[in-house]
Amino acid sequence: MTAHAHAAHLETSTGLDNRKLAIWTFIGSECMFFATLISNYLVNKGKSLVGPFPHESWTSPSGQHFEPIFEIPLVTLGTALLLFSSLFVVLALSGAQRGNRKALLGWLAATLACGIFFVGMQVYEFTHFVHRGLGFTTNLFGSSFFTLTGFHGTHVTLGVLWLATVWVDALRGKLPPSKSLNLEMAALYWHFVDVVWIIIFPVVYLIK
Amino acid sequence: MATRVLDQHHAHAAAHGEKNGLWSWITTVDHKRIGILYGATAFFFFLLGGVEALLLRIQLGSAENTFLSPDTYNQLFTMHGTTMIFLAIMPLSAMFFNFMIPLLIGARDVAFPRLNAFSYWVFLLGGLFLNASFLFGAAPDQGWFGYANLTSKQYSPGLNVDFWMLGLQILGIASLAAALNFFVTIVNMRAPGMTLMRMPMFVWMSFITQVLLLLAFPVITVALILLMYDRFFGTNFFVPSGGGDPLLWQHLFWIFGHPEVYILILPAFGIVSEVLPVFSRKPLFGYAAMVFSGVFIAFLGFGVWSHHMFSTGMGPLADTFFALSTMLIAIPTGVKIFNWIGTMWGGSLQYQTPMLFAIGFIAMFIIGGLSGVMHSSPPADLQQTDTYFVVAHFHYVLFGGSIFGLTAGAYYWWPKMFGRMLNERLGKLHFWLMLIGFNLTFFPMHFVGLHGMPRRVYTYPEGLGFELMNQIETAGAFVLGVAFLVFLVNIFQSWRKPRNAPADPWNGATLEWAIPSPPPEFNFAEIPTVHGRDALWELKRQRGGPLPEPARVSGAGIHMPNPSYWPLVTAFGILGFFVFLMTLGQTGIWPVIASFGVLLLGVYKWAYEPAG
Repeated sequence: MTAHAHAAHLETSTGLDNRKLAIWTFIGSECMFFATLISNYLVNKGKSLVGPFPHESWTSPSGQHFEPIFEIPLVTLGTALLLFSSLFVVLALSGAQRGNRKALLGWLAATLACGIFFVGMQVYEFTHFVHRGLGFTTNLFGSSFFTLTGFHGTHVTLGVLWLATVWVDALRGKLPPSKSLNLEMAALYWHFVDVVWIIIFPVVYLIK
Repeated sequence: MATRVLDQHHAHAAAHGEKNGLWSWITTVDHKRIGILYGATAFFFFLLGGVEALLLRIQLGSAENTFLSPDTYNQLFTMHGTTMIFLAIMPLSAMFFNFMIPLLIGARDVAFPRLNAFSYWVFLLGGLFLNASFLFGAAPDQGWFGYANLTSKQYSPGLNVDFWMLGLQILGIASLAAALNFFVTIVNMRAPGMTLMRMPMFVWMSFITQVLLLLAFPVITVALILLMYDRFFGTNFFVPSGGGDPLLWQHLFWIFGHPEVYILILPAFGIVSEVLPVFSRKPLFGYAAMVFSGVFIAFLGFGVWSHHMFSTGMGPLADTFFALSTMLIAIPTGVKIFNWIGTMWGGSLQYQTPMLFAIGFIAMFIIGGLSGVMHSSPPADLQQTDTYFVVAHFHYVLFGGSIFGLTAGAYYWWPKMFGRMLNERLGKLHFWLMLIGFNLTFFPMHFVGLHGMPRRVYTYPEGLGFELMNQIETAGAFVLGVAFLVFLVNIFQSWRKPRNAPADPWNGATLEWAIPSPPPEFNFAEIPTVHGRDALWELKRQRGGPLPEPARVSGAGIHMPNPSYWPLVTAFGILGFFVFLMTLGQTGIWPVIASFGVLLLGVYKWAYEPAG
C-alpha cells in the first residue's frame, strides 16, 4: 500500500522528473539574468570617459600610454576548453547511465579540469587587467566587463563545485544508474553556462 | 485504489498526525501550513502598510500641515509602497498559491516542499530586514521605484537606500524560489485527467504569474546589483558624471516593474474567476478566452514598460510604440471583464460576502482600467504624470483590483483553510465599509490630480482648492481602517467558536471542496481522477445531487515529506550575507564569507537529508 501511494506520488503529469523540469525552468529564468547583464554591457559600450579600452590604445592626459587590453588568444583557449567540457560531461553522463564507473569518473574529472582551467584563466585575466590599469571602477567598460564576466565566472565556479560534489558521490559509489539524474541536472546547468559564454565571447571580445 | 482500504475506524484519530508546537511550524514543509504562515505574515505587513498610509493621510488632511516632517513623509510613502507591493499583495497571493494550488489540481503537496518552506523563511527575513530600517531611523525614502540619482551615494549617503536595495534583493530570492516551485507544481503535479484546459482559472492565472515572476525578477536582480556596485564600490552605472545613464535604471526597473503589476493583479483575476461561477451557479463564461487573454496580457506586459517613462522624452517613435502596445492591453483585459459579466448574466446570483467582493472588484477595476488607458496616450500622460491622478489610477487597480480580489478569496476559502465560517453580517459590513471608504479615499484623487496636485510631496499650500478633497480622502482612509477592523473582529469571533464549516459550504465547483475543512495533512486520501472542467460540479451532476460529507480518514500509509529545518538555516545564511554586505565597511569581508558558508552548509545538508 505504501509502495503504491509512493509510486502514485512520483508519477508526474508530463512524465518528466520534477527536478529535471525545475532545472530547465531555472535555466529559463537565468536567461533573463544574463540577457540583462549583456544588455548592460552593450548599453555602456563606447561610453567610457577614460581608458584603458578593450580594442583601442589610449593615452591619458598625463601622457601615460595604454595598449588595447584584451588577450584574445588566452581567452580563446579557455573558451575552447569550456566547450570541450560540455562534450566531456555528456560522456560522463553516458557513463553514469550505463553504470560504467570508470568512464563516469574519468570524463567528469576531465570536465572539472576544464572548468577549473577556465576559472583560473579568468582569475589570471582579471589580475592582469588590474595590473595594466583597468580596475572595477576605472571606467564604464571596466565596471560592465568585470560585472558580466565576473557573474559568468561565478556561475562556472558554482558549476565546478556542483560537479565536484557529484564526482565525490560517484567515487563513494553513490551514483548508480538509477540516480544518474543527479549528474544530468548539474550537466544541464553546465551546458547552459557554456552556451552563455558562447554569446559573451564574441559580444565582448570579438566585436569591436 | 489502495487508499480505499484506509482504515475508516480511525476517523476519530484524524488529529493524530497534527502536531502544533512551535517546532512543528518552524520545520513544516506542509504547503497548507506554509500558506497560513504566508497569510499571517503578509496580513501583518498589510496592516503595517495601512497604518503608514493613515499617517500619510493625516498629514495631507489639511494644508501646510506639520504632523509629519518632509523626511518622515518620504520614508513613510516609500515604505507604504514597498510594503504593500512586496510584503502584502505578493505574499497574500502566495498564501493562496500555497494553500490552494495543490488542492485545486488534486495533489498532496507542491513539487518541492522544502523549497517552499525556504521561500517563506527568506520572505519573512527579507520583510523584517526591510522594516528594521525604522529602528535605525533610516527607512528607505526615495520611492518604491528607486530612481537614479535619488539612490546615488552622493544624494543618499545614509543607510536608507541600502536597506531598500538589499531588502528587495532578499525578497527577490524568495519570489524566484517560489515561482520555480509553483511552475513545476502546476506543470507536473496535476491529478490524472486534469489537462491544462481543465485547470481551474485560478491555477491558470497563477501559472502565468509564475512565468512573469521567473522572467521579470532576474532583471530587477541585475539592476539592484548594479546599484549596489554604484553605492558600495564606486562604479558609475547610473552616475552621469562617470559616463553612466540614470535612464538605464528606469528601463531596467520598469522592464521588471510592468510585469510586476500583472504579478499583482493576475492572481486576483484568478480568484474572481473562481468566485463568480460558484455564486452565479453557472460555469465560467468563455473559459478558453479567459486563458488566452491572460497569456496575452502577460506577453504584452513585457512590451509596455516605457509608458512609465513618457516624460523622459524618448522621442516620437518610442512614444508611439509604447502608446500602442499599452492601448492593446485594454483588449484582453476587456475580454476578461465581459466574460466575468457574461458569467453572471442569467445566473442564479447568490450575494454572499465573497460574491460582493468579486462584484466590487469588477466595478473598481473597470474604473482603474479606464484611467490606465488614459495614461497610454503620451500627451495626456504628460499632464497626469506625477500628479494624484496617477495615485488614483494605481490604487483603483491595486486596491480596487488586487485587494478586493484577494479579500473575496479570503472569505471564499476561509472555511476550507480553517474549518470555520466567517460571519456573513460582519462580512457584508466589511464589504460596504471598504467599498465606500475606498471610493471616498481615492475617487477625489482624480480631481485633485487633474487640478495639478503633485504626488510624493509632503504638503500643499492653502487656497489652491485642494483642502476639501483631501479632507474627504483622509476621512475615507479612516473608513477603510474601520473596514479592516471589522474583518479582524470577524476573524477573532470565528476563532473562538468551534470548527463549524462543512466540506462544501458554497456548492463549489473545484476539487478542494471534496475534502474535509480544514483538509487533512495529505489532502486527498485517494488522488482524484478528473473528467472535465469544474470537476466537482461534474461529479455532483453524475450523482444527481450533493455529495455526502467526506469522512476524516487516518491517512496511515500515505507517504508525506519529512519536516526539515535546513531551509531555515539556508535562509539565515542569505540574510547574514546581505546584512554583512551592508556593514562591509565596518565588519570586513569575513562575516560575509561565514554567512555564505552557512548558506552552503544549509544547501548541502538539505540536499543530502532524506526527503521522505
